[in-house]
Amino acid sequence: MMRASFPYSILAAVALWTATARDAAAGQVIVVKIIDMAFSPATVKAKVGDVIEWSNADFLDHTATANDNSFDIPLATGESARLELKRRGTVSYYCRVHPNMIGSIDVE
Amino acid sequence: MRTSSASALIAGFLLSAAAAFAAEKPTDPEIAHIAYTAGAIDIEAAQQALDKSKTESVRTFADDMLRDHKAVNDKALALVKKLNVTPADNDTSKALVAQADAKRQELAKLSGAAFDKAYIDNEVAYHKAVNTALKDTLIPSASNGELKALLETGLKIFQGHQQHAEHLAAHTM
Repeated sequence: MMRASFPYSILAAVALWTATARDAAAGQVIVVKIIDMAFSPATVKAKVGDVIEWSNADFLDHTATANDNSFDIPLATGESARLELKRRGTVSYYCRVHPNMIGSIDVE
Repeated sequence: MRTSSASALIAGFLLSAAAAFAAEKPTDPEIAHIAYTAGAIDIEAAQQALDKSKTESVRTFADDMLRDHKAVNDKALALVKKLNVTPADNDTSKALVAQADAKRQELAKLSGAAFDKAYIDNEVAYHKAVNTALKDTLIPSASNGELKALLETGLKIFQGHQQHAEHLAAHTM
């Protein structure tokens, strides 16, 4: 397996993405773009092991902050950040600076 | 007594802020000046809060206001340069500055929890007044498409700030 040759690092997520094309069971990277003061798509469905990648295309800094405080990810303008989904359930999140920006991840 | 006089001041501010924005249909150069001035006022308010407050949640909020309003005003400056528009001072901008000066002097006399509360309450009231003005007057009056788009983005940003301030006022004060 291609994944096995990678050490535990951020590169593993890239390998996961590559592997996804061949193996639907492998975790995939789901990109959530931040543009014009909104998470897009605002709602995503995912599986345990998938990775959410937020990409901030706004000219402002944002955060992705879980309502249950399970994550709080700073997203400076122009930057991206990733989160590996480790458990099932639905988690809603918002931007701490602009709480009118909301999203949710439904993990199967 | 302190609470009732603060409430009266806020009510007075809201009324005068609404009156300040209720000018005749402003031109694009006037709209640009009003929007920039409104942002600059909140930057000064944030700087005052960072000078005076020791409360982490209030300081974080002030940092957020400083960063966001600077970013929006930088966008506005770049846009007026691109459009070759010279922002035009006007009665609305002048009234906003006069009110902000009075509010800053009032807040300067406070400290500790009283300052925090007055600052956050004013941030709620101020963003509310600015958002109403954007929605009802400035956005509908803007004729340039890019200016209108920036004001619309600004409205979403400042609605977020208002919500953030309301949350702080409700949960930490």
